[in-house]
Amino acid sequence: MNGGQDLGGMMGFGPVRPEPELKDGGQLFHEPWEESAFALTLAAGGLGLWNIDQSRQARESLHPADYLRSSYYEIWTKGLERLLLDRGLVTAAELASGRAQVPPVAVKPLQAAQVWPALTRGTPYDRPAQAPARFKVGDTVRSRNEHPVGHTRMPRYARDKVGVIERCHGVFVFPDSNAAGSGEAPQWLYAVRFTGRDLWGSHGDPSLAVSVDAWESYLVPA
Amino acid sequence: MALRVRALESLLLEKGYVEEAALDELVQTYETRIGPRNGALVVARSWTDPAFRDWLLRDASAAIHSMGFTGRQGEHMVAVENTPQEHNMVVCTLCSCYPWPVLGLPPTWYKSPPYRSRAVIDPRGVLADFGVELPPGTRIRVWDSTAEVRYLVIPMRPAGTDGWSAEDLAALVSRDSMIGTAVVAAPAVAAAS
Repeated sequence: MNGGQDLGGMMGFGPVRPEPELKDGGQLFHEPWEESAFALTLAAGGLGLWNIDQSRQARESLHPADYLRSSYYEIWTKGLERLLLDRGLVTAAELASGRAQVPPVAVKPLQAAQVWPALTRGTPYDRPAQAPARFKVGDTVRSRNEHPVGHTRMPRYARDKVGVIERCHGVFVFPDSNAAGSGEAPQWLYAVRFTGRDLWGSHGDPSLAVSVDAWESYLVPA
Repeated sequence: MALRVRALESLLLEKGYVEEAALDELVQTYETRIGPRNGALVVARSWTDPAFRDWLLRDASAAIHSMGFTGRQGEHMVAVENTPQEHNMVVCTLCSCYPWPVLGLPPTWYKSPPYRSRAVIDPRGVLADFGVELPPGTRIRVWDSTAEVRYLVIPMRPAGTDGWSAEDLAALVSRDSMIGTAVVAAPAVAAAS
């Protein structure tokens, strides 16, 4: 969806503010509640009741003004609340009070001993190929001019643009379908290189190229 | 926000959806066990071991996983190498995808609108915010992580480090240099700053 998350090329946010890394005195979390927001999001995700694309869709569904004025862990928190509500794990009244008012849904919570194995195992998203790749490295393609209401991973700035296939990553779970709960529907995934001039016109940096990872159905031959 | 998150945490604990010890373990893991030191070891090895470098550029997932840096947000890796001709920079304009097993959790700026909006349209302006100025002839290649592939920038090895061990080289490699918003300073400069 064309939501507040699709930031590439927007203007007016001001300078980037660099931060030291931990070993130089930086902080991973800037407020205690950020630690909680992070841990709750991962632990609740570990229940297995939603996938990564549904998590992203929940965050992107915030009102754009809310998305843009929220810090990232605020966005995570609001996204998590939405997922919990949508799946009937909590009620709005419970969220407001912080107290349980209806019996819990039966789930298996993530245990401390499972954390390290789960994090280091991860969740691979590549899948066996069911059909040959439509494109090969070096092919010229055009990204489709599509504006789906649901979740998609083709940023607006790179739609309806001509680029070159630079890498073929293999076959991956298709987010548009996975977020909708319509199955993984795996597709070939490519890195597509666009020039700064093709993306941004005469304002584009002539020394710039931007690569976007695009699923096959986002692309047509050019 | 603190109150809202506290309410959420109390509720999820009370309903048995999360365990307190698991929450603590999640935070501890990224504060103490998974961070940019891992990526620095990958970079230093690529600088000192040509066979590893070839493997890393050909199949970064296998090469990085072989060092034990596996798992969440690093399942599918690509390594991109800076040269005098081309500088690489990584962003996720749509959320904040980041290679956790090698870099840990992303800094706030990486997740924030100024970086996510400008990296793809004005990367030289972004680099200026970091105090980095590339030669005008250097091409800039930005990788927008729109899928489940995560990118690691292999910065250029600084001059004056001939014969250094991988361990000593790793200490020079900053987190930002592996995102592409910094270059690795020569050791004399690093010591002076």
